[in-house]
This record gives sequence, C-alpha cells and structure tokens, in this order.
Amino acid sequence: MDLRFGDSQPTDDERAAVDELLGPPASSWEGAERTAENLRYSRGGHAARDRRDLLLPGLHALNDRIGWISRGALAHLCRRLTVPPAEAYGVATFYALFSVSPRPTTVLHVCTDLTCTAAGAAALCAGLESRLEGDDRVTVRRAPCLGLCERAPAALTIKAGDPARTAVSAPATVEAAVLAATAPDSAPEEPPTEAAAPQAGDRRQTGAPAPSSPPQKQTGLPAPPPLPPQKHTAVPAPPPLPPLPLLTRVGVVDPSSLDDYRAHGGYTALRRAFVLGPAAVLREIVDSGLVGHGDAAFPGGPDPRATPIGLAWRAAASRPDHPHHLVCNAGGSGPGAFTDRVLMEGDPYALVEAMTIVAYAVGAPHGYLYLRGEHPRAARRMRRAVERARARGLLGDDILGRGHSFDIEIRRGAGAYVCGEETAVLRSIEGYRPEPRPTPPFPTQKGLFGRPTVVADVETLLDVLPILTGGPAAYRSRLVSVSGSVERPGVYELPSGTTLGELLARAGVRPDLRAVLVGGAAGRFVRPDEVDVPLRSGVVIAFDGTVPLPRLLLRVAEFFRDESCGQCVPCRIGTVRQEEALRRIVDRAGPAAADDVALLGEVGRAMRDASLCGLGRNAWNAVESGVERLGVYG
Amino acid sequence: MTVTSLGVPRRLLDLTLDGEPVRAPEGTTLLDACRAAGKDLPALCHVDARTPASACRLCVVEVAGSRALVAACSREAEPGMDVRTDTERTRHSRRIVLELLASSVDLSTTPGIAEWIEEYGARPDRFGTDAARLEREPIIDNGLLVREDGKCLRCGQCVRACGGQGQHTFALSVSGRGFGSRVGVEYDAPLTDSACVFCGDCVDVCPTGALSVRSEFDLRTAGTWDEPAQAVTTTVCGHCGVGCELTLHVQDNEIVKVTSPPDSPVAHGNLCIKGRFGHQYIQNRD
Ligand code: SF4
Ligand code: SF4
Ligand code: SF4
Ligand code: FES
Repeated sequence: MDLRFGDSQPTDDERAAVDELLGPPASSWEGAERTAENLRYSRGGHAARDRRDLLLPGLHALNDRIGWISRGALAHLCRRLTVPPAEAYGVATFYALFSVSPRPTTVLHVCTDLTCTAAGAAALCAGLESRLEGDDRVTVRRAPCLGLCERAPAALTIKAGDPARTAVSAPATVEAAVLAATAPDSAPEEPPTEAAAPQAGDRRQTGAPAPSSPPQKQTGLPAPPPLPPQKHTAVPAPPPLPPLPLLTRVGVVDPSSLDDYRAHGGYTALRRAFVLGPAAVLREIVDSGLVGHGDAAFPGGPDPRATPIGLAWRAAASRPDHPHHLVCNAGGSGPGAFTDRVLMEGDPYALVEAMTIVAYAVGAPHGYLYLRGEHPRAARRMRRAVERARARGLLGDDILGRGHSFDIEIRRGAGAYVCGEETAVLRSIEGYRPEPRPTPPFPTQKGLFGRPTVVADVETLLDVLPILTGGPAAYRSRLVSVSGSVERPGVYELPSGTTLGELLARAGVRPDLRAVLVGGAAGRFVRPDEVDVPLRSGVVIAFDGTVPLPRLLLRVAEFFRDESCGQCVPCRIGTVRQEEALRRIVDRAGPAAADDVALLGEVGRAMRDASLCGLGRNAWNAVESGVERLGVYG
Repeated sequence: MTVTSLGVPRRLLDLTLDGEPVRAPEGTTLLDACRAAGKDLPALCHVDARTPASACRLCVVEVAGSRALVAACSREAEPGMDVRTDTERTRHSRRIVLELLASSVDLSTTPGIAEWIEEYGARPDRFGTDAARLEREPIIDNGLLVREDGKCLRCGQCVRACGGQGQHTFALSVSGRGFGSRVGVEYDAPLTDSACVFCGDCVDVCPTGALSVRSEFDLRTAGTWDEPAQAVTTTVCGHCGVGCELTLHVQDNEIVKVTSPPDSPVAHGNLCIKGRFGHQYIQNRD
C-alpha cells in the first residue's frame, strides 16, 4: 500500500502534540523531516499499520492542544500512523467534539437536551451567546446531553492548550458559565460525587457505619434507615432499602486511594476469583442470572434481558482464536444517563477490579475502557486508578503474584451517541468511523481486531463483584439515574422489581408530574397514572407541565437526527423526516396534526423494522409513546 | 431445490423460504439463496462480489425469531431459518425506504429504481415540498471523473473499491455523519489533489450513477446519452501484459465508457487509468 499524504506540514505545536503521544519518529517513513525524494510517499510496515488504533488518541491530542485539526496536522498524524488521510478525515469529522476548521481555543458546550431543556437551557444558551458575542476566544456550542442531568442545566468548558483545561458548570448560570469559559482554572470545583447518589448521602448523614465489604447481607450490617418522608408525593412513603451492593463505597471511600478501596473490601472479589479459576467464575456469573444492562442508554441488538450474560461470556471464553479482548463501554451518552459517570468518579478502583476479574474469566490479556469525552473528572479518576493499580501490581504481568497478566487501556470517545452500540465502539477503538455493522457475527465471535470480545457496560461489570463475594444470590439490585422534576435527582440503587412509582417517591417527585420518560431518548413516555409497573430501564426523566410535550418530542427527534451515523437509509433519512413532521405540528393538534401523525407512524415503523442498528430501531419509541399514551397531538 | 455454488463444495443447510424448503451452501447470504430460488429482492447497495454494505435496507426480509427485519444481502443462511420475503412488514419497509431515498436524492441515473417505486407504490412526494434534499452541484475537478453528491445513496461501495477491497489507494472516505455525511477526499479537496489514481473502479461499483466517467456525464448533460443504442464488446486491454478484460461501450462509433466485468478472473473488476481511460487518447483526433 502506497499512501499519499500531500505536502501540508504541521506547525511546531501540532507536531509536538502528535509526537508526545507517539514518541519521536523512528525514521523518515514515520513522519520525520523529509528529503526531496520521499516527500510525498510513505510506506509503513506492519508495526506502523498495527497502530491504527492510535488514530483517535492522536486526533484528541491535536484537538486538545490546538482546538481543531488542521490539514497539516492531520497529514502528520497520518504519516506517523500510516493511515490514509481520507480515512482519518472521515474519522475526525464523525465526532462532535472535533473540528476540522479553525475555531476559538475555548468551546463552551451547553447542554440543550431533555433534562436541561426542562431546566431552562434555552434561556441559558441565549444568555451565554449574547454575553460572549464578539469574544473571539470562546465559541458556544449547543450540545447533546453532557451526562450532568442531576445538576441541570449544565455547561462544560474545554479550553485547548498544553494541557487542555476543563471546567464543569452545573447547575449553570450565565455568570458562572462565562467565568468558567473565560478562566477555567478559577472555576469552582464540582460538588462531590456523592451528591449525585442521594442514598449514599443519606447513609452518611445518618451515621450508618461504612460497610467493610460488599456482601453486606451476609455480614449482617443493619439496613440503612428509611428515607425521610416526602412531602408532595401521591405514592406512600417507600420502605427501607436493603443494602446497596453497587453504591456501597460511593461517598464512603476516597476515590483516589487504593488503600482506602482495599480497606472497604476492595480486591476480595479478585482474590476469590483467583481461587475459583476462570471456569468457576463464569459459572457463578451464569448462575446469578446476571443480564446485561447495556440497554440503559442504548437499547438494541438481541434482547439483553433474554439470556444471562454469563452464557455469552462463556461462549467468548471458549473460542480458540486468541487473544480475546474485553471492552468496558462507558461511552454510552444517552440523555438522562449518568450512572457510569457517578460510579467511575465515586468508586473507580471497583471498575478496575471488576474488569480484571472478567478479563481473567474470559481469557483477555488486554482491556479497553472507553470513556465519554465529556466527563473529565471520571476520566481523571479512572486514569489515576489504573496507574495506581499498575504501580501496585494489581494490573500488569503478575497480578497479586498469581501469574495472571492483564492491563487496561483508557480510550476517550469524542462525542458520538452511536458509540454506545457494541460494534460501533469497537470500530471507534480500532480507529475507524464508528459505524455499526450488521450482527451476527456478534463481538463475542468476531470483535475487536477480529478477535472474540466481551463488550460490557460499567454496571454489568460491577455486578460481578457482589456476585463473587456474596454468592450468586447477592446479585439483585439495579441502578437508575433519575433527573428532571424531582427533589433529589441522582443515581439510585434499587432491588430489582422496584416499581417506577417507588423510585419516583424515593427521589421526591414533584406534585405536578406530567410525564415520565423511561429509558432515555430511546425509551418511552409513561403517564403519571402508569407508574405502578416494575422498572425495566436504568434511565428515568420526570417532566412537569412547564415544558410543552411537543417541544420535548421535537428535541428527541433532533437528537436522533444529529446522532444517526448516516449509514443506512431508514435512520439517516427517517430521522430527518421525523423531525420535519414534528416541527410542523409543534403547535398543532387534532385534525390539523393528523396527517403528520400518520406519516410519523409509517416512517417510525420502517425505522424500527429496517434500520441496521439499535439507534435507528429505537428512534421512534419516544415519539410513538408520546402520541399513543400521552395523547400529545390528540 | 438446490442452490448451485461455485468453488469448493460446502455443507448444505436446510432452511425455509416463504414456506418452501430449500438447501443452500454454508456461507451463502439470504439474498443469494433467494435469487437461487428464483425470488428477486430489491437490492440497491448490493454489488455482486463485493462485501455487502447493508445500507439501503431494501432487501429486508422477515426471519422468524428476529425482532427487527434482516438485510438479506449480509445475513448468512443458517440451518432451520424460517424466512419470509414478501410480507406486509417487508413491503412496508421497502416502500418507506424508497420514499425516503427518492425524496432526498436524485435517482434519475439509478438503474431499476423506477420499477421498484412503481412495484411498491412509493410516493416520494408525500413528505412535502419542504422536505430536506441533498442538492449539490456536480463536482467536476478533473477531466476523467465526475462526482454528484446529490445522487449518492451513501452506500460506501466506492470507498471499499478504492480502498481495502480493490485498488488499495484509499483516496475516498465518507466524512461527516448523518444526513450531511458524504463521500470525498480529505478536507474536501479536488480529486487531482488527492491520492486518486483515476482507475475509475469507484464508478463501476456505484449503484446510483453518483460517480460517472466524464464522457458519460457530458453526453448525459447534452441529452445524447443513448444506452439502448450502445454496442457492448468485451476485449483484452493491450496497455500492459496483465491482460485485464475490458468491456467497451460504443455509441456512434465512439467508445463512451469502459467497464470491467466484475467476475473476470484476471482483474476482478479492477482496472487502471490506462485500461479505463486510454481510449480517450486514441480517439482524440485533435
Ligand atoms: S440505524 Fe442509524 S445509527 Fe444505526 S447504522 Fe443505521 S444510520 Fe447508523
Ligand atoms: S478513480 Fe480509483 S483511485 Fe480514484 S477515487 Fe476512484 S477508485 Fe479511488
Ligand atoms: S458515490 Fe455511489 S458508490 Fe459511493 S457511496 Fe455514493 S452511491 Fe455508493
Ligand atoms: S441490498 Fe441489502 S441493504 Fe442494500
């Protein structure tokens, strides 16, 4: 393969950003100074081609340092990695956080998604745009969900430089966000993570002893006392909660301290796993009945509730083509979904341990942790946790002196909801455009770099810890992120079987509840009188009557139009037609809306039936439920 | 009924197509199995002998046990599969897909599309006059190839042909995402400023005519392109010793296009600039 890279050269800064990531170039073929003879062509051996997966980190390095990716910078990166520039351009232009044209060094991302819209994002945006107008250092970007929904409305400043600076403003005021955008270093620190986990807060306030290990049930720890009674709810006060296996350490341990993690039961599960051996670990996971939670932000694929996830993992483990891979996909970025962020910020070592266990069970020497580009604090803490664990022999060649080898590489996404899809995230890591591909073959058969790969979300992986320490029966809770019109938004851990109504009561739902969106943008709306059903999703947004429902449906449609990868016709064009129809009827109802409602139904059905991946297949759910259950245009 | 396969004998699988038992060799796609059984599904982005793009979603069928419909062009036959090719669901999806596509791009040079639109009763105008379309001027930045984004189905077959599944030139990629995504070279540069070697293979695989050779484009623009009147001859390229088969399309004693038979054992449908465009210099009488 002879590639042509053109004559564009990087600036010194751009060259430095790339070379710091990749190390100094080894030869002129790898992008060092060129001679007249080899100015335009370059040939890379296998070693260079194998580094294709560094394309996304390379694009981040440039975007972080300069704020955008110039032609010369891209050419330099491509020379270094032996990647065709057209393909690299295709990758760079896929992600919302990158720019291939010059822009101000500071980008202020203002969330305009569902929860933030209900919390006044439109006014915030307008205020920011007028305040920052004419300031050529800052540009305001209307962003899809930033995953800070419990503190809506949210804004995130990213200022390019060496190093890049970030500042989160949430709940954001115009004043605070302008300050963060113009001086990110002096912006106030975010509130502690446990503020986003109301149950953790309650436990601390009431002085309940911190659990010493996850299997609280068996150590006989007292259950936390009931939450204080709620004022405004129609639902009776919820019963006391059983112990919380997943949130047990959030707000209790110091997330930066490995010793503290171990003092709170950390690494007992891995020790037990090493005693059991991989096959027995898989058996316990299968026996627990654990099912994937991947549907929290991104439903699709085979029904994750249909079969125990352990069976798929076991199938991957038994495949002869090695090495196997493990990917933790924390890149799902659906509106209202922030569970992963809270878990990784509050208990980062738990994820390192859980990944180590699952990798051991499925025979993966290598794991990738794929994070959202918009969660700087989670990324910082996970990075630190991985480094500490490595330094202490809990990652690397000889974990706990047991001869088992495993390491974790952290990869940052760059703003693409579709990366919540399991084949898309693999392509993203490999350095290709994250377009989903048809399944089968499933990743467990043919995944990352063509090898059998287990792709799992954060919650599913963390579930493995209590299963191993408390036995298969210990697994019985699930996490839900709740935002919108409630007194105590945040991540809740509830016994499976809990109803939506109980959850809302616990979160302090406000009295003028108008609708609840269950399952995020890809989910469905339910009426306030329909909440008496077991919760089947990890994302709940409550809406009162202040934002007209047609606006919310339109926002959902805009979201899917923006996030469609564009690969298949029903989704690429269907999401556009859906948005157009909803825009036409945003102020209409009854006969004036009937034709468009019928059209929506026809297009929606084809999107659901004929789209290639879960994004398109679920892009009509919310609108359909809005029409049929809420009677939005009735 | 048995599906004949070329090459090494493969295990035969039993499955059901529209209620009829059929046997298909392992590794066969459902589309191939359907065609072998005499059922022709609409399939726009499928280019024979190429990796399926699975992008147009016209070939969707119902497979028992699968919640969504399944693209027949990419799904391999499995033993015991129960497949329905012509149901209310499949017809509905195909009709909507045709309407969506025809409402957003110019399909005037897409072979077969008019018949499908008729067959499925698609009405692309129902989305109204405000429906977003991809209106783009043809890109004419060189003497050999024309790119018309406004006709592109965005199946990516050209990208594959130019890249790892053909030329290994990697001049093309899809950029952007969603409705605004398009095929092109880095930073939307002209083709002459890219890695393109003007082999024209991308033109051969393009199912919509969004990519065309200049000679065809010019005749179409002049209104004198007359496909039924063209004679088609197969010959062997004399420019080098490889011996690629060429298909010459001749109109009024002039070669107006050169293609390559995709099943040719020598070239596998790939040519180079000399085979594809060399005739222009021979014909050039100036
Ligand atoms: S359904 Fe949408 S996101 Fe999924 S492959 Fe098709 S266009 Fe891409
Ligand atoms: S003419 Fe050949 S090299 Fe040029 S873009 Fe098409 S396939 Fe690629
Ligand atoms: S130009 Fe042709 S081959 Fe390429 S994506 Fe568009 S329709 Fe497909
Ligand atoms: S031919 Fe199967 S999706 Fe296009």
